[in-house]
Amino acid sequence: MNLNFLDFEQPIAELEAKIDELRHVGITSDVSLTDEVARLHSKSIKLTESIFSSLTSWQVSQLARHPQRPYTLEYIDRIFTGFQELRGDRMFADDSAIVGGLARLEGRPVMVIGHQKGRDTKEKVYRNFGMPRPEGYRKAMRLMEMAERFHLPLLTFIDTPGAYPGVDAEKRGQSEAIARNLFVMSDLKTPIISTVIGEGGSGGALAIGVCDRLLMFQYSTYSVISPEGCSTILWKSADNAADAAEVMGLTAQRLRDLGLIDEIIEEPLGGAHRDVDLAAENLRKALLKNLDTLGAMTIPELQEKRYHRLRQYGVDNFQE
Amino acid sequence: MSWFEMLLPPKIKTSGSFGKKDIPEGLWKKCPACSAVLYRAELERNLDVCPKCGHHLRIGARRRLDILLDESPREEIASSLKATDPLKFRDLKKYRDRLSEAQKRTNELDALVVIKGELKGDPIVAAAFEFEFMGGSMGTVVGEKFLRAADLCMEQDIPLICISASGGARMQEALFSLMQMAKTSAVLRRMSHRGIPFISVLTDPTMGGVSASLAMLGDVIIAEPMALIGFAGPRVIEQTVRETLPEGFQRSEFLVETGAIDLIADRRDLREAIASILGILSGKKAAVS
Repeated sequence: MNLNFLDFEQPIAELEAKIDELRHVGITSDVSLTDEVARLHSKSIKLTESIFSSLTSWQVSQLARHPQRPYTLEYIDRIFTGFQELRGDRMFADDSAIVGGLARLEGRPVMVIGHQKGRDTKEKVYRNFGMPRPEGYRKAMRLMEMAERFHLPLLTFIDTPGAYPGVDAEKRGQSEAIARNLFVMSDLKTPIISTVIGEGGSGGALAIGVCDRLLMFQYSTYSVISPEGCSTILWKSADNAADAAEVMGLTAQRLRDLGLIDEIIEEPLGGAHRDVDLAAENLRKALLKNLDTLGAMTIPELQEKRYHRLRQYGVDNFQE
Repeated sequence: MSWFEMLLPPKIKTSGSFGKKDIPEGLWKKCPACSAVLYRAELERNLDVCPKCGHHLRIGARRRLDILLDESPREEIASSLKATDPLKFRDLKKYRDRLSEAQKRTNELDALVVIKGELKGDPIVAAAFEFEFMGGSMGTVVGEKFLRAADLCMEQDIPLICISASGGARMQEALFSLMQMAKTSAVLRRMSHRGIPFISVLTDPTMGGVSASLAMLGDVIIAEPMALIGFAGPRVIEQTVRETLPEGFQRSEFLVETGAIDLIADRRDLREAIASILGILSGKKAAVS
């Protein structure tokens, strides 16, 4: 079993392994296997298409946290130039679960902020699994206010299981740090585009996600609580995470149908991790297009629209 | 309690078929903190603060507003708002069933009650969470009622007071409930720009999405003694860090020490404290005594 593939990706993994093997044989011997490789390759594509055409919400949740899924810095590397990371909250510490800084997108100056997860064990710990502490949110707020002062559009990338539930985080005011960001972002005088690139985990995600345009990658998720957490509380057992994922409607498709997000960014066949460059290219295009739209508005217009948008959340979910 | 039950050791008494942890509808009530058996009428006169140990018992939203506000005038705001569940959410039970159960039990339509009234003759809008209604969780109705409360304050240039008691966002409304955090924070931002005071009162418990939005955005944040206040619940934290939490962790006293809130006020002094603070914030001159 290939650990870099999820359960439902295993048939694809096996086929890909076979293709690799044949290619290797083709190189080292005189036998021409080109046709066979091509045949298997198209079979692999068909198989992937068929598996990915009917993913359950739970499978999407797993893709959103796939061990090979690209993280914020990988997208920053591919999309922006001149990225200068800016660190620290100027009060307590730098939190490596959130990265941010100045950059250019096709020459245009912008501010970028995103959750950052780690790839190997050491980096995972260093990045605290992408779970920010208050200093992370306060660093983000510092950068948001800087973006406002220097008229830089703000681009945020969401990818977190949630804000860190730890003793130190509580001591330093996790709630206040999140609340303050929502407060400040709600009328920040600059365009804000937020993109969920992986996991959008609850308040810890929203704390950098109040925006004018909310985009989601095709296989990312956004929810009020993790499927596991929801299962534990409502089903009183951790075994119903798949049911919880289904009923919470946390996929991009469902959230767009519900009018909660603006746009879905298409992922390469098999998910962003199968072709990071292509995923990054799709993201870049989406960001540019939305920046153009927002750039056509004056700041007061933008603020008024954002305020109206925030006020409208859920108005179809009750009656007088 | 019968003579027979009196003879039984406490463990058997509370877990046996005849033993109940508290005595509902009776003349007596047991303090959950010091276990003193209290005369209900006296406890009520004392605003449900245990006369023996000072423990603040949990009380409902209407009672809280009743304690805070002058007797008249009072006008309830957005009282008919009712969740419709477009998601058709279902876990072990249907959300609709959970809603109607909670409505029957609490006699409220949702977890927030908003009343426009007066505090010592000055008009205010006061909101209070009903914890007995699905753990005081914030869904779209709570968010909308809070928004309308704040709108009214801006319209009439009067202060807003919110008394929180909530487990956080309402899972049954999924991402819609998360967005109520942004919605309530946005209206508070606008109110803040207009110079309208917002006093946030935190009671036991104020957690999760409510704590991480409107509750922590007060110009002045007041807590009742010993209230549990925080983002993550103590059990979640214990599972994460795999250690027992220190005594008093996430309690009001801890929050004053860590700088998260302004002050702790005894329930019996809350009305006075708020009136005094609002008097100063509104720039009114007080009579010199």
